[in-house]
Amino acid sequence: MNYTAAKDNDGKSVWKFLAEELKPRGKFLTPFNIISIPVMILGLVLIVIRFWKGIGSITNLTQEVPWGLWIGFDVVTGVAFAGGAYVLTFMVYILNMQKYHSIVRITVLNGFLAYLFYAGALLLDLGRPWNVINPIIGNSFGTSSVLFLVAWHFLLYMIAQLIEFSPAVAEWLGAKRARKILSGMTIAAVIFGITLSTLHQSGLGALYLMAKDKIHPLWYSEFIPVMFFVSSIFGGLSMVIFEGSISHKVFFNQISEENHKAHNGIITGLAKICAVAMFAYFFLQLLVFVHGKNWDLLNTPMGYWFLLEMFGFVLFPMVLFFYSYRRNSISLIKVAALLTMIGVIVNRLNVTVIGFRWDAAIRYVPTWMELAVTFAVIFTEIWVFRWVINRMPVLRESPSWVNDKD
Amino acid sequence: MNINRRNFFRVVGLTGTTLAIGNELRAGPKKGNRIEFSGVLYDSTRCAGCQTCESSCAEANGLPAPVGIPEAGVIRKTDEAHRTVVNAFKSSKGEAYIKKQCMHCNEPACTAACLTQAMYKTEEGAVIWRGDKCMGCRYCMVSCPFDVPKFEFHSANPKIEKCNMCYDRLKEGKIPACVENCPAEALIFGKRRDLIKEARKRINDNPEQYEDHIYGEHEAGGTGFLYLAAVPFDELGFNTSIQTKSYPELSKGFLYSVPTIFVLWPAILLGIREATKNNLPEEKENG
Repeated sequence: MNYTAAKDNDGKSVWKFLAEELKPRGKFLTPFNIISIPVMILGLVLIVIRFWKGIGSITNLTQEVPWGLWIGFDVVTGVAFAGGAYVLTFMVYILNMQKYHSIVRITVLNGFLAYLFYAGALLLDLGRPWNVINPIIGNSFGTSSVLFLVAWHFLLYMIAQLIEFSPAVAEWLGAKRARKILSGMTIAAVIFGITLSTLHQSGLGALYLMAKDKIHPLWYSEFIPVMFFVSSIFGGLSMVIFEGSISHKVFFNQISEENHKAHNGIITGLAKICAVAMFAYFFLQLLVFVHGKNWDLLNTPMGYWFLLEMFGFVLFPMVLFFYSYRRNSISLIKVAALLTMIGVIVNRLNVTVIGFRWDAAIRYVPTWMELAVTFAVIFTEIWVFRWVINRMPVLRESPSWVNDKD
Repeated sequence: MNINRRNFFRVVGLTGTTLAIGNELRAGPKKGNRIEFSGVLYDSTRCAGCQTCESSCAEANGLPAPVGIPEAGVIRKTDEAHRTVVNAFKSSKGEAYIKKQCMHCNEPACTAACLTQAMYKTEEGAVIWRGDKCMGCRYCMVSCPFDVPKFEFHSANPKIEKCNMCYDRLKEGKIPACVENCPAEALIFGKRRDLIKEARKRINDNPEQYEDHIYGEHEAGGTGFLYLAAVPFDELGFNTSIQTKSYPELSKGFLYSVPTIFVLWPAILLGIREATKNNLPEEKENG
């Protein structure tokens, strides 16, 4: 593997270099490829049908439940999991915790691709996607809309993340001067990015504030934005733990000895932060619940479901994080991270899909085709993720000509 | 902490942007030459359930003819092909009819939700949908407390369908088709303020005939369509627990916090960064 030495590639033309880099690399018939390729092709076919025959042709959306899995999971949950990027850049660039520097790039890449693909999946859900530029350019600014804010923030945050990640691209292309300029913009992008993330992570919750009569009272409160923000902290970090443990196996040979050794320390550190954030979140939920005076609702099926979410997927993984941090048990931390991620999925779906119009005569249940498109989007993202990691210095060390860390 | 040129420009730029987009957070017509909102008063005690409003609405808007008839116990809903429906209810004072369509709220949730101003509260009071702006996100449908906007899920070029108070007819100086054609005079069109006076008068003149409640006077912050009925409105399928604040008020607090965070966060973050940097000259770890 001498791609680290993407050097200056002065001998080759840029186009030749790019053409070579675009070629697939490594073994082709891996289990992941065998599963993901048919799903991606199927997804593509379904997307064609969707644009040809309308959204109703492959989804179960109704006039009462106009937002389903594609918004509730792909966008709202996907963005929560991408929250790891702003938390980690906060720790490394604002709090100067150098310990976590080695995982910043992969986390930012993961976050950027999550936004690119899950916000991109939003286009599939738009009935009139050719008008998607209206809130960005033109004279149709709906400034009173939370969605206007979220749309702008998605766009700006993707640019900020691209700037944060761009030094890796420059190192790959061997562009020394560009790298210097780009890495000089990192701090500005980080500060801007954290500010944007604070607002749109909570903004995704604020989208649902006007649906007051439609969301089950156990999940609706005026504090949804705060809840979404706080849970994006530990949801995002759990994703970092989860993704890190997989990346460290799959891309084993790219990671330096030193970073391998540091990885357990990083994971236990993140576990502690998760535990504290989850404690705060649980306490907030408790306050909101007591304030809401919905005691009678607990003894209903939705109430049991609410209790399962709070105790099974918030309190339990929180305790597990504390315990495994104390015991220094990496495998238990991974279990806790997985449970936390399930909890975040359950929470987001409870607000957006399961608790939305819970009293409707005909409940919305996504079709298999909605699920297939969702998986196709996730798999495509992983393909791009893998492509980038195999070529750019994301996990591996930067080329030797780089003498300052960004 | 040092403020260099870039940071200075960023903060100034952010402040400017947020000040520029931070105002006018409420939906609704601009201040100034405000015309009074028009509306429709629907007196359900006069309605005979003849469906003339439904067929004249379909005709005026080029939509298919109504399907089904009002039947007690059956709730017909408006959909992407029918902007208004009349339903029958068995009430404590016999059979009653209720017409449903867009309420044309004073401060509509749908227009506050719309990020392209496709849903638009006109100066005349009608809430209209503008296809050239709409991107089909359906956030209006999520937000509307009355579930009014309907979406063509089975079209490659889908539209949002809802009553627009016959806005084109209003501009020609005519009145909405349903009002014009109602044979029982259950519907009257006028300035909202006058309609409320008229409704009050009817209640006062015949207190035993009417329930002392004008649905829409305060509901959801006040609506353009106003209802009179002989019985309490919860007997007629209305959501009577609906809030009297307008729905955009619910997300106002969040939207107002945006400029604050946009100004404070960068400053605080920069401050923390500088503070932690100086505290750790050579240390590699501070976890």
